Amino acid sequence: MIEIRFHGRGGQGTVVASILMSKAFYRAGWQVQSFPFFGVERRGAPVEAYLRLDEKPILLRTNVYTPDHVLVQDSTLLHSIDVTRGLKPGGWILLNSPGTPENVERYAGFRLAWIDAGRLAARHGLGTRTHPIVNTTMIGAFARVLEIPPMEAIEEAISEEVFIKTGKNIESARDAYREVQKVGLIRKAGTG
Amino acid sequence: MKRVLEGSQAVAEAVRLSRVAVISAYPITPQTHIVETLSDFCAQGKMNARFLRVESEHSALASLIGAATTGVRAFTATSGQGLALMHEVLHWTSGARLPIVMAEVNRALAPGWNIWIDQTDSLAQRDTGWIQFYCESGQEVLDTVIQSYRLGEEVNMPVMVVLDAFFLSHTYEPVDVPEQEEVDRFLPPFVPKFKADPAAPCAFGPLVPPAAYMEMRHSMAQAMEEALRCYPAMEEAFEGLFGRRYGMVEAVHCEGSDIVLVTTGTVTSTCRQVLEELRGKGEKVGLLKLRMFRPFPTDEIRRHLGGAKKVAVIDRNFSFGASGIFAQEIRAALCNEPGHPPVFGFVAGIGGRDVTADTLKGIYEHVKAKESPDRESVWVGLQEVRNEA
Repeated sequence: MIEIRFHGRGGQGTVVASILMSKAFYRAGWQVQSFPFFGVERRGAPVEAYLRLDEKPILLRTNVYTPDHVLVQDSTLLHSIDVTRGLKPGGWILLNSPGTPENVERYAGFRLAWIDAGRLAARHGLGTRTHPIVNTTMIGAFARVLEIPPMEAIEEAISEEVFIKTGKNIESARDAYREVQKVGLIRKAGTG
Repeated sequence: MKRVLEGSQAVAEAVRLSRVAVISAYPITPQTHIVETLSDFCAQGKMNARFLRVESEHSALASLIGAATTGVRAFTATSGQGLALMHEVLHWTSGARLPIVMAEVNRALAPGWNIWIDQTDSLAQRDTGWIQFYCESGQEVLDTVIQSYRLGEEVNMPVMVVLDAFFLSHTYEPVDVPEQEEVDRFLPPFVPKFKADPAAPCAFGPLVPPAAYMEMRHSMAQAMEEALRCYPAMEEAFEGLFGRRYGMVEAVHCEGSDIVLVTTGTVTSTCRQVLEELRGKGEKVGLLKLRMFRPFPTDEIRRHLGGAKKVAVIDRNFSFGASGIFAQEIRAALCNEPGHPPVFGFVAGIGGRDVTADTLKGIYEHVKAKESPDRESVWVGLQEVRNEA
């Protein structure tokens, strides 16, 4: 079983990102289960959503404590939240970041990737320049980083679920798939 | 067709497929996406139903009593505090023998305010004369809503389909949504045994004196027994069309097991995984999922639990001054059986606390290590509370 945690802020479509991803994986033949952090959502407040993937039907109906990978939609969260909480060693962290993230040592033991999703989403007119909607862009990048599911499944899931600017969302996801930067495994300082 | 749906959306799809004519709901917290989805269906013309947005849960059910009295299929959904407010009208629905179906999302009761899973809200309605089903998956809630109309209409009793807050109501998973024609074959148009005609209005003064009231109540008791008798044929027909069957209870490896865990709702699903693991290590452990709670399937429970050495009931609810409510009922079902197994009661997951695989394994180990229970209920995973002076 693979468990994925999505970080974002209320109003950024974080829960929708997890649902889109679940539908894309289901199309690609996986068993899926996705759910938001069980709580009360407020705009701007940190939110989490989760996705479980398996080849066989998923029986476990509990919270996710030790994700295999995490996706971070908003890098301002990094100041207040430990996005590596419970993350399994070697797990991918995909950050929405305008450039190579600073202080990468703090992700030692994990694999890091980043994408300037805000710029891509704004370029495609998703949301506004100050508040771009990055969820579809992020999952395009994530599909490349994890090497699953196929990009076609992501595109089909967006077509099925996103009714506003569907084409632009798909284009932005495709751009992210191409442009995402994999930094790879971050080693502890001094270990070469 | 299989689609990835939220538990709440699975309920809404079932209501659409059941060709419900009137939906009434109070849309504010603790309401869920169930009625939001249904109101979308009605607005988009995907469903030919009248959607009534009323001012309280009490009115939601009261308005459905009016609708159902005219002989149409009716639906509402509520949760926690909303169900508590409906209490009086719940009695009215069953007393008037109206086969209304309700989806009830288990949420904890205030204070403190808590919108997370806890079964005490629906179990507090145990004696209102509603049939009750506790569901485990999105597929099961969809199927059970459709089944509930057929069963309820056969015996003229209302049905409550109960699902865990968040762990089911807000969780997306693959659900097979049947075609309308298939559902129509299982659930033909509702032909009420009696109805009021709005074109020929008349007034009822339902004052029932002692000479008749007791017989009315006895007739309800008989209808519940009838529901137990009708259930297998209903599920037979359902399985024939859709290939799925749940049972009033489901016994997993109960036969020959020393310890049987009794669960309801989504805990059952997690427990299935724990069972695989424990049995893989050679442990003689079984699982009894309690799905139908009213009418209570006493015979089935005796049959599956009678042979166990010990029974452990996991309650996500509590009756203050007594014990977990399912444990009480299981004890009562077994007590007249000679040589029945001791029943251990566990209270877990109250107010949304997670019931993990480790929680369930801990319960199993506890039961394995003890000859007999040393108290009625063990509260699992309590944290130390410090009272600073």
